[in-house]
Amino acid sequence: MNAWANIRTIAKRELSAYFASPVAYVVIVIFLLLTGFFTFMLGGFFERGEASLVSFFLWHPWLYLFLVPAVGMRLWSEERRQGTMELLLTMPITPWQAIVGKFLASWLFLAIALALTFPIACTVNYLGSPDNGVIFGSYVGSLLLAGSYLAVSSMTSAMTRNQVISFIISVVICFLLILVGYPPVTTFLYHTLGFGQWFVETVASFSVMTHFEGFQKGILDSRDLIFFLSIMVFALFTTGVIIRGHRAG
Amino acid sequence: MITVQNLAKTFGTKRAVDGISFSVERGEVLGFLGPNGAGKSTTMRMITGFIPPSGGTVSVGGFDMEENPIPAKRLIGYLPENAPAYTDMTVHGFLSFAAEIRGLRGEAKQKAVNRVVEMCFLEAVLHQSVDTLSKGYRHRTCFAQSIIHDPDVLILDEPTDGLDPNQKHEVRTLIRKMGEKKAIIFSTHILEEVDAVCSRAIIIDRGKIVANGTPQQLRQKSDWAGAVTLRVNGINGSALNQKLSQLSTVKKVVVLKEEATSVTARIFPKTGGPNAAPSGALAQSIADAAQGWRIEELHTEEGRLDDVFRNITMPDTVKEETK
Ligand SMILES: Nc1ncnc2c1ncn2[C@@H]1O[C@H](COP(=O)(O)OP(=O)(O)O)[C@@H](O)[C@H]1O
Ligand SMILES: [Mg+2]
Repeated sequence: MNAWANIRTIAKRELSAYFASPVAYVVIVIFLLLTGFFTFMLGGFFERGEASLVSFFLWHPWLYLFLVPAVGMRLWSEERRQGTMELLLTMPITPWQAIVGKFLASWLFLAIALALTFPIACTVNYLGSPDNGVIFGSYVGSLLLAGSYLAVSSMTSAMTRNQVISFIISVVICFLLILVGYPPVTTFLYHTLGFGQWFVETVASFSVMTHFEGFQKGILDSRDLIFFLSIMVFALFTTGVIIRGHRAG
Repeated sequence: MITVQNLAKTFGTKRAVDGISFSVERGEVLGFLGPNGAGKSTTMRMITGFIPPSGGTVSVGGFDMEENPIPAKRLIGYLPENAPAYTDMTVHGFLSFAAEIRGLRGEAKQKAVNRVVEMCFLEAVLHQSVDTLSKGYRHRTCFAQSIIHDPDVLILDEPTDGLDPNQKHEVRTLIRKMGEKKAIIFSTHILEEVDAVCSRAIIIDRGKIVANGTPQQLRQKSDWAGAVTLRVNGINGSALNQKLSQLSTVKKVVVLKEEATSVTARIFPKTGGPNAAPSGALAQSIADAAQGWRIEELHTEEGRLDDVFRNITMPDTVKEETK
């Protein structure tokens, strides 16, 4: 119970730090503008002639690719740059409480940004009668996707005191997580390079695209859930290892 | 309260801390002296559990820092070097956070915040962002954080660094007062601070303890300890030198300054240095010999800390050159 209180204290501080800076509001506005742009202009929201949010969620893996590392890059690099890490880690809390607390705060921040897209869900309900189960599943999937990217950003943020470098490494890793399951790439591996099907499928199973697909269809598969959760656990665990490594000198 | 045994830290091939042992009890203020890069901060970081030691153990209030870090850390308040603080918070927000993470809630939290705000004179900047604070205020904010839970053990890494003389004085007074009930370690390279605040001092150099004792004991390690400084009228330097050198108690006479009307000299006793004889003896014999001169000043040196500090911590080659 004590652990949870510590996590909450850390998360509260972190979240208030987000909202203390104008960057938070800028990020939210950009997110909303871009989702709007992608959904209506590129996704053909109206042209589809169906009441669904497919064109909305379709772009999330790409949108998050830049947005999430921008939110997560400061998590640990800022602590290291300002020296507050020394305060944080000499407080009577365990490092994992700090890691989880910070992660949850930034995840909650992304959840707030995502929740602000609810007018779009209202719109489709007004225009037609969409399958709200599918929409709900897609939101869950989108949140898990964001959490996975965020955990990766937490990890890269622990690597360096430079936020820009942390951002770039995190974008590259998340990009790879998309790419290995992106249809043009899998087709290329399969047809052009002649890799066996099982190989291509194994590689693709590490992709967020493969696992986000199910959610977009409204299918909540436990394997997809486990996939996203494993990425988060693994990346947060690695964050802890990196931080311990820095302290050991 | 604090027991450090054979503590060591190696960074790559560099031995930053090399087998340090000491202990500090409640009611003691231990001054940590040493030149830059001696390993003071590294030692403190190991005591507070920020970095794990390469060897040796730290125990705080009976809790081993490696095996049982959380209860050990609960007892400690820590002011790191350069006084870091979250720049995106207000002073009040930062202190509330520190109180909460120490388990204080509700009214207890509010009281703790108010107490340290008063102690560290932070009222004026309470709702200001840490980002915009002047160095002195920022330092005190971080200091306030370290005492918010009224800890039994206080580790302060250069607590007066970057403060103006008034603020330095306030902080020293505060440390001395708190030292009555707590175990405090603080590092500094300002020697007058040791006299002003410490009940005991340790000098470390290149990762090793080179001296350990009360400020008084340390001072006596000075070459000067027990020497007599004399200013007289009515004799010239060489005559004075000749006359005093004959005394059985005198080892050496150094004429410091020769003016038209007076001569200043320092006279070192035969049994000078660390095991000086009762110093009155030398002064008395000089006074006896001084018949016919007018003594303007005559006093026995206590020895000076910075002299001890320099002698102990200077590399031997440099010491030779300055001699
Ligand atoms: N994280 C680190 N990595 C490598 N070397 C370090 C690290 N921290 C300190 N050192 C080295 O250890 C030595 C002792 O440093 P420090 O404890 O900061 O000295 P002090 O506080 O007495 O000035 C210095 O030579 C410093 O360069
Ligand atoms: Mg230092």
